[in-house]
Amino acid sequence: MRYSLFNIVVNGLTGNRFTEPAWRAATPKPRYDVVILGGGGHGLATAYYLAKNHGIHDVAVIEKGYVGGGNAGRNTTIFRSNYLLPGNEPFYEWSVKLWEGLEQTLNYNVMASQRGIVNLIHSDAQRDAYARRGNAMLLADAGARLLDRDEVRTMMPFLDFDNARFPIRGGLMQPRAGTARHDAVVWGFARGADKFGVDIVQNCEATGFLRDRTGAVTGVETSLGPIMADKVALTLAGSTSRLTEKLDLRLPIESQVLQAFVSEAVKPLIPGVITFGAGHFYVSQSDKGGLVFGGDLDGYNSYAQRGNLPVMEDVLEGGMALMPMIGRLRLLRQWGGICDMSMDGSPIIDIGPLPGLYLNCAWNYGGFKATPASGWCFAHTIATDTPHPLSAAYRLDRFRTGKVIDERGAGPQPNLH
Amino acid sequence: MRIPCPYCGPRDAHEFSYLGDATGTRPKNPSAPDAILAFHDYVYPRGNPAGSHRELWYHTNGCRRWVEVSRNTLTHEITGARFAGASIPDASVPDASVSDASEKEAVS
Ligand SMILES: Cc1cc2nc3c(=O)[nH]c(=O)nc-3n(C[C@H](O)[C@H](O)[C@H](O)COP(=O)(O)OP(=O)(O)OC[C@H]3O[C@@H](n4cnc5c(N)ncnc54)[C@H](O)[C@@H]3O)c2cc1C
Ligand SMILES: [Zn+2]
Repeated sequence: MRYSLFNIVVNGLTGNRFTEPAWRAATPKPRYDVVILGGGGHGLATAYYLAKNHGIHDVAVIEKGYVGGGNAGRNTTIFRSNYLLPGNEPFYEWSVKLWEGLEQTLNYNVMASQRGIVNLIHSDAQRDAYARRGNAMLLADAGARLLDRDEVRTMMPFLDFDNARFPIRGGLMQPRAGTARHDAVVWGFARGADKFGVDIVQNCEATGFLRDRTGAVTGVETSLGPIMADKVALTLAGSTSRLTEKLDLRLPIESQVLQAFVSEAVKPLIPGVITFGAGHFYVSQSDKGGLVFGGDLDGYNSYAQRGNLPVMEDVLEGGMALMPMIGRLRLLRQWGGICDMSMDGSPIIDIGPLPGLYLNCAWNYGGFKATPASGWCFAHTIATDTPHPLSAAYRLDRFRTGKVIDERGAGPQPNLH
Repeated sequence: MRIPCPYCGPRDAHEFSYLGDATGTRPKNPSAPDAILAFHDYVYPRGNPAGSHRELWYHTNGCRRWVEVSRNTLTHEITGARFAGASIPDASVPDASVSDASEKEAVS
């Protein structure tokens, strides 16, 4: 059923008797052209674009829990393309362009709202660095504005401009950045893929791989039995290593916890997304009114999906330094997700490293914004067996050739990216 | 989380900095023909296990020694900790004695 105002009215007046589930509850067939492991945003977007852009409809998405129960449903929903390096910026800018039309494309309200992001500047050196980054963004058609202190003050008068240690001197703004409703993105892609005939199989855990005598991957073992596939694609985010371990593959990633926080709801306060440039704290306000914020990773290997208290304290201190009035707010919720942190802070989209296998991982703490472009490029990679030009820098061999994409310049230390 | 430092006793994890996986061994010969690959394998890929993990922590706000900790990444339970040096298998390779000698020179 196409969603429209007309349909809402008709279904509303007829007691919703004719509405139908957004996607079928599929049970897996014995064989598919492509099996995608992991029903987060990236897996579902990949399935959607495989069908839509490449005409490959014989696809299953295998999800161990419910779709969007991983990081897709745990993130702080920011999308932006304010990167510096050439390997990254065109890819993320394409993603923002896809966000801009996503609701029409999917016929689904993902609540994408281009409310803008401002990275605050606290020193002359930071202004120089942000001016350079802004220029890189302009070159990639992403749009950028360097704000002076008064412009920031007009937009966000509540910030602590004269903080003795971290006075606010200005900001770098990307007006086209924004936030979206994370669950709706998952549901929109799931519904879109289902319309093309993709099977979305929930509560089905992949437990291993089927391989032929040459070692090529020919399918997967699951809790619902074996499934054969010409191509097996991994979009497992923080759980990637748990499956690649079964293939004796060691990847340049570490799984680490990132926390997020939501306050009680208040009246509209924060115009867009704000990032503190002196500590690690970023904040936006949800449509329900809660302040949604986060900061640093917990910083060590973990699959525990819960956060530690020292980092919580650190994030809240960052928030207090930036906007002291949040001291009066009560925290409503706090949670953690397992991020696939990579050695250079950038993602991996690639063919292989074994025949029959396709890899999409290493999204660090920033893969939500990448969801549409990741699906777009990964679908191309799977369908054509060649990297997409926009993700060609994301191949696994960059760690061998030295062509790492390290925005932070932090080196092979995942908890510093 | 509290880390049982062999020198300071159980201390809050916040006093430590995390380096990560302690199982890698630095390649001994940087001019070996396969050195680039060997260094790649040492620096980048990780086992990243869900379960028991040997890892290095530096006691920044304490005794300032490197500690090798065995910890379960699913439960965060710590099952052991010792000074990192104690587990470096090749403390006696020529490289190590060279750096020892230069340290002594610097002192004298
Ligand atoms: C707290 C937090 C805040 C974040 N904030 C942002 C942000 O503001 N902006 C941004 O761009 N990014 C953000 N991110 C990062 C972003 O959420 C992730 O990079 C992105 O969601 C990862 O891709 P995904 O949606 O496909 O992952 P997931 O949703 O994690 O998908 C992986 C799926 O694989 C499934 N799975 C695992 N093992 C198996 C198995 N054996 N068999 C079958 N299925 C399996 C999981 O259940 C899961 O559903 C944040 C992350 C966290 C944790
Ligand atoms: Zn100590």
